Amino acid sequence: MTTATKITINPISRLEGHGKVTIHLDSQGEVDEAFFHITQFRGYEHFCQGRPFEEMPIITQRICGICPVSHQLASAKACDAICGVTIPETAARLRELIHMGQFIQSHALHFFHLASPDLLLGWDSDPAKRNVVGVIEAAPELAKKGIRLRKFGQDIISALGGKKIHPAFAVPGGVTNALPQGARDKLLAGFPEAFETAQAALGIIRDWVGQHADEVRGFANFPSHYASLVDAAGNIQLYDGDMRIRSHEGATVAQFKPETYLDYIAEQVEPWSYMKFPFFKPQGYPDGVYRVGPLARLNAVDAMGTPKADEAFQVFRQNAQNGLKGASLLYHYARLIELMYALEKAQAFLEDDRICGKAVRSTAAPVNPEGVGIIEAPRGTLIHHYGADAHGMINKVNLIVATGHNNIGMNRAVTLVAKAHIHNGEVSEGMLNRVEGAIRCYDPCLSCATHALGQMQLTIEVRDITGRCIARLERA
Amino acid sequence: MGKPKVATVWCEGCAGCHMSFLDLDETLLDVLSRIELTVTPITDFKDYRFPDVDLGIIEGGVGNEEQLEIVQHMRAKSKIIMAWGDCAVFGGINTLRNQTPVKDLLHYGYVASASTMNGVIPIHAELPRLLDKVLAVNAVIQVDCYIPGCPPSPEAIAYGLTEILLGRLPVLPSDMIHFD
Repeated sequence: MTTATKITINPISRLEGHGKVTIHLDSQGEVDEAFFHITQFRGYEHFCQGRPFEEMPIITQRICGICPVSHQLASAKACDAICGVTIPETAARLRELIHMGQFIQSHALHFFHLASPDLLLGWDSDPAKRNVVGVIEAAPELAKKGIRLRKFGQDIISALGGKKIHPAFAVPGGVTNALPQGARDKLLAGFPEAFETAQAALGIIRDWVGQHADEVRGFANFPSHYASLVDAAGNIQLYDGDMRIRSHEGATVAQFKPETYLDYIAEQVEPWSYMKFPFFKPQGYPDGVYRVGPLARLNAVDAMGTPKADEAFQVFRQNAQNGLKGASLLYHYARLIELMYALEKAQAFLEDDRICGKAVRSTAAPVNPEGVGIIEAPRGTLIHHYGADAHGMINKVNLIVATGHNNIGMNRAVTLVAKAHIHNGEVSEGMLNRVEGAIRCYDPCLSCATHALGQMQLTIEVRDITGRCIARLERA
Repeated sequence: MGKPKVATVWCEGCAGCHMSFLDLDETLLDVLSRIELTVTPITDFKDYRFPDVDLGIIEGGVGNEEQLEIVQHMRAKSKIIMAWGDCAVFGGINTLRNQTPVKDLLHYGYVASASTMNGVIPIHAELPRLLDKVLAVNAVIQVDCYIPGCPPSPEAIAYGLTEILLGRLPVLPSDMIHFD
């Protein structure tokens, strides 16, 4: 135990990126406020201006090496809108298929490589072992299956886009190439094992939530709005659809077309973070807090629309009653239901002969001055909004990434966990890991967050009532 | 010598190089059994003032004061520094901002952009100051070997590590260099 008044965790690890948290204590050593800082800024919104619009899918996917496909697709959709084209049906199917590959790899990565050390080895386990290597030692078969499941998602991306990370596939008006029959057959052969692993992972998290009911209830559990894209029937949609925002009580407070997003969403800036704070505009800041990502999506939609995922969704919904709807730890559970959904969608696309259609691209000149593309990335709603001149030269860029939407929510989660676990200025390693764990629920992609934002370092710093840093706590 | 100690960081980059490392898939298990990972984004070691290592791997360029400090520190603690990916090797895509003054970049991001309300440029003791330009790693410290690519393929990453394990400084063969 260490006694301190400002706590810093830096860097936050097992996130895709780095983060920094400062916790400020009052004169009694109780938590006053906690802040989750993003410490990097890269400037994409400015430096893309003056580029030809068709370069945007290639440039903006470099915002993030974990979900490059999501950025590429949101970008291509914004470019479709600038061209005023409807892309061919086959192209839309191929884009959604590569997006499902992205979900499979990203959700598998998060569960097996980043979150499972806490869940399988424990919050208070030896930090030197509390990582994917430790999981490999403790549960080698499970770890290998997890690695293969992520690989399967990457293989889908690579089969369509030619490489696993930063593929060149989606272009304004469609995609670059059709899917060859041979590649389709090869991918189809991978589903039985992928489903088996996903089912096993779902069983692990379902049991874990059952065995840790009190912890789930008491850990960063708070009300907010929830956002997701939905299809016409109100089912989850990850590639295309209207954006819906639902209240904690389940009322739909807004449902709108992507191009009208500025009527509903605005961003506040706080001087202590490079990540802005999006909020639901009609309710103002910070009351208009909404969350995005797996838990938020499952709270915002009516159904999944695929059989296995819907079965899991029904059980989830029953479990999530009784005051657990806003429980941050349920993000891990919701993520694995989405993993199942992504596998079912990918399989359905590949089993349909139309996936090998040859018409994959519409062409048109840039006729519209603006275009908006919104997609559900693995971590939540992703917005790309561009302006272009008559030659297609970019003159305006606005990006709101998934991790950004969760900024208010993550800060709230950190504050709640810090308040629950820090008393009399006493701090333990396991407590620090729980604070990080609160953030890790949201799987924040700090690479994305730093398009604007950059690298988050997680330090826990304890500050006294005058703001003086009395102690800085880091693990060595 | 025992297992070589390896530390990795990512600075001004996208995490894609670390993802490509994970794309070694089952081979990853073999690689991880032959090295000792110390400080990396995938483990829980918290302190960048880490002990001496045999190999320090850097993804990303150098874009702010904190990253500058990290790479200088890593140089001091590492026998060999390896640069992973185009951002670390050349500066990469983030150097697109180098033609624009930092204050203009910040003003657009935090004041002028479409959805921002009541904009203000963040300035805070916890936020590192941006450098005027994003730099390749070898513009600020000596780099011993380079694995270029956006990202480098898993094969290129494995080749680099294998050469180190054999006691050689890797020079990537031309068939492992991709410009995509």
